Amino acid sequence: MRRITIGVLGLQGAVQEHIKQIESLGHDSAIIKHPEQLDHIDGLILPGGESTVIRKLIDRYGFYEPIKQFASKKKPIFGTCAGMVLVANMLHESPDSHLNLIDICVKRNAFGRQKESFEAMLDVKGMKTKYPAIFIRAPYITKAGANVEILTTYENHIVAAKQEHILVSSFHPELTGDNRFLNIFVDMVVKSLTTITN
Amino acid sequence: MEKVLGTEIVKRGMAQMQKGGVIMDVVNAEQARIAEASGAVAVMALERVPSDIRAAGGVARMADPHIVEEVMRAVTIPVMAKARIGHIVEARVLEAMGVDYIDESEVLTPADEEFHLLKSDFTVPFVCGCRDLGEAARRIGEGASMLRTKGEPGTGNIVEAVRHMRKVQAQVRKVTLMSDDELMTEAKILGAPYEILKQIKVAGGLPVVNFAAGGVATPADAALMMELGADGVFVGSGIFKSDSPEKFASAIVQATTYFNDYDLIGKLSKELGAPMKGIDISKLSQEERMQERGW
Repeated sequence: MRRITIGVLGLQGAVQEHIKQIESLGHDSAIIKHPEQLDHIDGLILPGGESTVIRKLIDRYGFYEPIKQFASKKKPIFGTCAGMVLVANMLHESPDSHLNLIDICVKRNAFGRQKESFEAMLDVKGMKTKYPAIFIRAPYITKAGANVEILTTYENHIVAAKQEHILVSSFHPELTGDNRFLNIFVDMVVKSLTTITN
Repeated sequence: MEKVLGTEIVKRGMAQMQKGGVIMDVVNAEQARIAEASGAVAVMALERVPSDIRAAGGVARMADPHIVEEVMRAVTIPVMAKARIGHIVEARVLEAMGVDYIDESEVLTPADEEFHLLKSDFTVPFVCGCRDLGEAARRIGEGASMLRTKGEPGTGNIVEAVRHMRKVQAQVRKVTLMSDDELMTEAKILGAPYEILKQIKVAGGLPVVNFAAGGVATPADAALMMELGADGVFVGSGIFKSDSPEKFASAIVQATTYFNDYDLIGKLSKELGAPMKGIDISKLSQEERMQERGW
């Protein structure tokens, strides 16, 4: 297996936390602050932060089309929390969606304000034991298209899902010492490289 | 699948999501909307910005809940609010109202001149000011989930924020290089909880996010604080006491993200109009220095 490089969009939010986790798995990481850098990475993480701020900076610094192109090459993208809001095709009770990369409808701050933020142990598809999920002013998925694979739910709301090369979670895998969720993404990146090279 | 609220990870994590961002002081819904549209990661809802608190004199208290509610309704980004140091009830009221973060703030007149709040008792997370590692570690020990430099609020003068950020960073570096048998004496010298210093040594840095605050007035000020190792920036009077709040807010946000792109900061600083009028801190009397509040 060749070394893979995973980039983290470094405009605002929990960037360093993702970088540390990527490196803890022995892969190369890159903080992406300029669109040209997207040419040199195999997978992209859109981190948690404030989606309104990240979107403004995406527009102002010319990231919108380059990220769309990155996705159209079937290179994997992982959106956590705010990142999930950014990749969704639809936003609940709002006409504005952002990158439109996955067939889901997302409700922002869906569990409530910060005092409602929580931790919970979840059963995630493909994991043998429960996974510690950290929800911070988290969004959830209100609707998912037929081609979307649901990875886990909480209180009957979808909180992690996957469609082809796009992975999303309401919670923050980068804040736990448990690397299993990032590993799902790493597997997607590795698989995409074999497909793309062939 | 039991839900656990207000854990340390959840409270500290909320601040981690704010990293690389700018938190702006606002006094009404209109300002809150301008701040959100300019790219603020959160707003601090206040009755008066620090420079007006200075001008008004008298006792500065928690904002009228009406103002806080108005701001909470106006924006979708997190809303913070200030409680007086040691004022348990102001803090509980803000928590009950559902603010996302409480600043136990020296900008307001302290309610207790001996004890800070036991912040670990709350579900809502707290940010506290610090001038050095001793103060930072005591606040973390009480349960603060986020730190900021105190600087000298409402002055538009960055000198104190720089002093405090450099001090904390230097002391953290020193602790990370110490041998285990030196830590207890360092804890005694700093007035810092020993356990917190041990955590800093093991982790190689503070266990919580540390923003800059207290004197940021220009895009270059914000970038300077990021350069010195701040995780993000609070701007109090600097936005809405400037000539053109929208321009200042947007420029400060971009300068915080791209803090080492000096061409860009040059462009962002062009023709912004006048920043807030500053105060020479050496002209302030001891009683006027907000940073001396807190212990």
